[in-house]
Amino acid sequence: MEDSVLQSVILLTLLGTTAGLVLYVVSKQFYVYENPLIAEIEELLPAANCGGCGSPGCKAFAEKLVSSEDISDLFCPVGGNDVMKIVSGRLGKEVAEKDPTVAVVRCQGSCEVRPKTTEYQGPRSCAISSLIYSGETDCQYGCLGDGDCVAVCQFDAMYMDETTGLPVVITDKCTSCGLCVDACPRDIIEMRPKHKRDLKIFVGCLSEEKGGIARKACSVACIGCSKCIDACPKDAIVIENNLAYIDPLICTLCRKCVPVCPTNSIIETNFPPRKEKKATPNVSPKVEPVKPENNA
Amino acid sequence: MYDVVIALIPAFLVSIYLFGISAFITTAAAVISCLLFEYLIQKFLLKTNVTIGDGSGLITGILLAFNLPAGLPIWMVVVGSFMAIGVAKLSFGGLGFNIFNPALVGRVFLLVSFPVQMTLWPLARTDYAGAVDAVTGATTLGMIKDGIQYGDTMSQISSRIPSSMEMLLGTTGGSLGEMSALALIIGGIYLIIRKVITWHIPVTVLATIAIMTGIFWWIDPEQYANPLIHVLAGGAILGAFYMATDLVTSPVTRKGMIIFAIGIGVITVVIRLFGSYPEGISFAILIMNAFVPLINSYFKPRRFGSRIKAKIM
Amino acid sequence: MLKTFPKGGVHPPENKLTSSKPIRRLPPPKVVYVPIAQHIGIPAEIVVERKEYVEIGQVIAKSGGYVSSNIHAPVAGTVTKLDKIVDTRGYKKQCIVIRTDAKNESNSKEVEYPLKSEITLDPEAILKRVSDFGIVGLGGATFPSHVKLHVKEDRKLDCLIINGVECEPYLTADHRLMLEKAEEILVGIKILMHALHVSRAIIGIENNKKDAIDLFRKLVPRDAGIQIAALRVKYPQGGEKQLVRALLKREVPKNGLPLDVGVVVHNVGTVFAIYQAVQHNRPLIERVVTVTGKKLENPSNFWVRIGTPISDLLAEVGGIPENTRKIVSGGPMMGKALKNTDVPVTKGTSGILVIPGEEASRGTPRNCIRCGECVDVCPMGLEPHLLMNLTEKTMFEKAAQEDILTCIECGSCSYVCPSHRPLLDYIRFGKTMAKQLESNQG
Repeated sequence: MEDSVLQSVILLTLLGTTAGLVLYVVSKQFYVYENPLIAEIEELLPAANCGGCGSPGCKAFAEKLVSSEDISDLFCPVGGNDVMKIVSGRLGKEVAEKDPTVAVVRCQGSCEVRPKTTEYQGPRSCAISSLIYSGETDCQYGCLGDGDCVAVCQFDAMYMDETTGLPVVITDKCTSCGLCVDACPRDIIEMRPKHKRDLKIFVGCLSEEKGGIARKACSVACIGCSKCIDACPKDAIVIENNLAYIDPLICTLCRKCVPVCPTNSIIETNFPPRKEKKATPNVSPKVEPVKPENNA
Repeated sequence: MYDVVIALIPAFLVSIYLFGISAFITTAAAVISCLLFEYLIQKFLLKTNVTIGDGSGLITGILLAFNLPAGLPIWMVVVGSFMAIGVAKLSFGGLGFNIFNPALVGRVFLLVSFPVQMTLWPLARTDYAGAVDAVTGATTLGMIKDGIQYGDTMSQISSRIPSSMEMLLGTTGGSLGEMSALALIIGGIYLIIRKVITWHIPVTVLATIAIMTGIFWWIDPEQYANPLIHVLAGGAILGAFYMATDLVTSPVTRKGMIIFAIGIGVITVVIRLFGSYPEGISFAILIMNAFVPLINSYFKPRRFGSRIKAKIM
Repeated sequence: MLKTFPKGGVHPPENKLTSSKPIRRLPPPKVVYVPIAQHIGIPAEIVVERKEYVEIGQVIAKSGGYVSSNIHAPVAGTVTKLDKIVDTRGYKKQCIVIRTDAKNESNSKEVEYPLKSEITLDPEAILKRVSDFGIVGLGGATFPSHVKLHVKEDRKLDCLIINGVECEPYLTADHRLMLEKAEEILVGIKILMHALHVSRAIIGIENNKKDAIDLFRKLVPRDAGIQIAALRVKYPQGGEKQLVRALLKREVPKNGLPLDVGVVVHNVGTVFAIYQAVQHNRPLIERVVTVTGKKLENPSNFWVRIGTPISDLLAEVGGIPENTRKIVSGGPMMGKALKNTDVPVTKGTSGILVIPGEEASRGTPRNCIRCGECVDVCPMGLEPHLLMNLTEKTMFEKAAQEDILTCIECGSCSYVCPSHRPLLDYIRFGKTMAKQLESNQG
C-alpha cells in the first residue's frame, strides 16, 4: 500500500519537475523582447478596443504611440485629453489637445413629420437597405431607421426611439469613437463639439432637394431659404445644394437662427426656455375729461 | 417541420400498441417539457422571440421519447428534455446554431447518468387485451452482447433473440422508437417522397452497417451476428432515418452527407462489436455531428467554370 | 432530349399570361423622362439645353467613354428641363425631360418598315452603326452592344448564340417579338454573323414557346448556319453562362466571359434593334414591354418609347387594380419593386408586373436551418447560406474566397429558402463590399 503511494508521489513529482523545466527552457529559448513601455502605455489607455484612434485596438495604438517620433496627431477619443496628457507625460512627447466632441444625428424626420409612402420588407440593415432602395419615405437623404449605428456602438450610447424611428445619442456615454459615423451610409451622424450642458445647435436635415420637394417629403426639411444666413451674426451658416449647414467651429450658440427657420429645421438642445418679451404696458386708462358739474 | 411528426405517427401507434399508456405518457411528458423549457428559457432567460411554434421543439420531444424505454420515471424524462432543449439547442444559439442533435444529447446524458433505469426495457405485450406488463427484458443487441461476453456462440444466442420478422414488425424489447422497423421505414419513405430528407444518409448508414457487419459475420458467424439482425435491431433504423438526417446537424452537400453517413455506420459497428455498449448509433451520430463543419469545409459544391478542361480559345 | 444546364435551377410557375397577346403600339406619351444612365458603364453626357427643340432620333446625350452609350430622343419635342427623376431604386437620377410636340408628324408616323434582307454594310460600318445608335443589351443587362462586337485579333470566335429564352415568369416581350418579327431577327442574326466573321449561330428558345421554335425552324434557310435549339424550361436558363453550357457544353471559366470559350451571346431584342439600326437607320428609341399581373384587366405587350412613365402603361391596361401591393420592374425573380409609378421606362425595362396583396408579402425571416436547399439550386455552384452568413459578419474577404463575385444574382436561393431568408439581398451587398475590397487592394 505505502509502496504504491510512494511510487505515485515520486512519479508525479518527476513529471511535474520535468514539465516545469521544459517550460522554463522553452520560455527562455523563444523569448520575444517587447518594450515594457508598450504594456505600460496600454494600461493607461481605456481598453475599449473601438478603433476610434485609427489603430486596430488599444495594444496596437500603444505600440504606435511608443514607436512614433511625433504623436501630436494621434488621439484617443475615448480617453480624451486626460489620458493623452498622462501618456504625453510618460513618453515625453507632445500631444495635441482636442476639444471633446459628441455624435449628433442630423435627421429629424420622424414618422410623424416624414410619412412613409412605401413598405419595406427586406433586411433591416442600413448598409443593405440604402443599397437596395431610397427608403420608405419620399426623402432619399434621411435616416432609414434600420439601426446600423445603434448596433455598432460599443458603449451603449445609442438606442432607437420606437416612436420616432430615429436613433438617439446618449451624450454622457458617447466617447466619440466615430464608429456610428462610419456605419451610417448617408453620413447623417456627425461629430460636433461638445459644449457644457450639452448645448447644441445644428440643422436637422440633409436633403439636397429643392425646397418644395423637400418639404413635401418631410415637414421639417431644410428648404434652403437662407433666412438663417440673414439672421446669423457670425456668418457661420452656408447653403449648398439647397441645404443649410452650421459650421460648429464658428457658431457661438447665440440661437438667433433657430426661430427664423420657417420649417423648424434647425434644432437647439438643452438651452433654457426663451424669456418671453414682456408685453408693452397698456396705455394708461383713457382719462375721461371731467364733465363739469352743473355747478357754477 | 410537421412532416417529420406525420412520418413518426406509424411508429408512435405501434409503440402505444406494444407498451400501452406508458408510451403515450413518456412521449407526452417529453414533448410538453421540451416546449415548456423552450418557452421559459427564451422568454425569461434569453429574452428573445419565443419560437415554440416552429415545430422543432415538438420534434425534439418526440424523438427524445422514442429513444427512451417506456415507463422511464417522468422526472428523468424532464431532465432529458432540459438537456436537449436548454443545453444542446438554446445554449448554442437556438435553431440552426446547434452542433449536436438535441434529442440524442438528451438521451446520451440520461444513459450516462442513469444507466440502470435507462436499460430497464419493459417487455412489449403481444396481446392487446392484457394488463400492463411490469416485467422487463433485454433488447436484441443487449442479449447478443451479453451472450458473446458470456461465451455463447451466435447459434446458441439466436434461439433466444427475436426473429427478423419479429424485429421488423416490432415485438421485441427496446426503447419506444426502436420497435417496428417497418413503421419507421414507412415514415422514412414518406419523408423522402415529401423531399424533407434525401435518401443519401439513411441508405448509406444502413448500407455501411450491413456491409461492415457482413464482413465480420462472414469471417466468423459464431462470434458476430448477421447483417440483417444488425440493421433491424436497436436504433439503427430510427437513427438512420430520423436522427442522422436532422437538417441542422448534417452536412449541406450530397458528397458530404455520404461521408457523414459512412462515418456513422463505421463508428456504430465498432461500438457494437468491440465497445462495451450494445448499441452505438447514438454516440456515432453525436461524434459525426462534431465533424460536420469540417465536412462542410471540404466537400463544397463544384463552382461553375472551375473545370479548366473547358475549351478556352 | 431537351438541352439544359446540369447544376441547380428552379421551376417557378410560368404565368405567361400575355404570350398570345400581339404587341400593341401606344400613341407617343405627352412627356418623356429620359435617364442618362440606362446602361452599364459610364453615364452619357447631356448635349442639349433647356428649351431646345429636338427631332425624333436626335442624339440628346453622348456616350461618356468606351463602355457607354449614346441616348437618342424618343420623340420630337421641346426639352423642358434637365431634372432628376426617380429610378427603379427610388433614387433620383438625372433625366432629360421632353414635352412631345403633338403637331410633329414624325411622332405619330407609322414606324413599320418593309423587310430589308440585303446587307450592304461592312463589319466596321456595322460596328459604328451599333455604337452610334445607342444599342445596349435589351435582355435586362443593358451592356453596350458595340463592346461585344469588337473582338480583338487574338481572340477566336466560332459561334454566335441568340438568347430567346426569356426564363423569367410572366415576361413575354421576347416571345412576341420572335413571333412577330422573326424574319427581321433572322436578318439581324446574319448581320451579326457578318460583323463577327462567324459562320455558326444557335438560337436558344425555351420549350414553352413552341410556336416561336416552329416558326424559326420553318423560316431558317437550310445552309444559313443557323440552328434552332429547344431548351428545357428551367430558371435561369436565360443567364448567358447557363445558356452557353446548355447549348455547347462549354463552361465559361470563373470570372471570365463567353468570349473565353469562343462564344458571343445577344438577346433577340438586341438583335432586332441592331437590324433596325443597320438596315433602316433607326436608333434605339423604343422597346417591347410586357405589362402583366393576375388581377389586371387587360395585361398586354406594348411597343413603348424610352422615357414613358410607367403610369401611362398602367392606364392602358385598365388601371391599377385594388389590393395591389407591389409593382415590379422586370420579372418576379430579379426585378425591382418600385416606389411610385413616376418611374420611366428605360432601355432595360422588359416588363412591369403588378402583384396583388396576398402574393406580395415576404415571409418573416428565421434562423438558417442549414437544409442545403439553396446550395442545391444555385446554378453557379455557390453556397448562398454561407455567403449570407459571411456578409452578416462583414467577412468580405472570406466571402470573396468563397467566390461571391461569381454570383449571377438570379434569386433562385431566396426563392427556395424555407426560412424566408433574404439571401439575394445580403449577397448583393456582399458583392459590392467584396468588389470594393478588390479594387482597394488591386
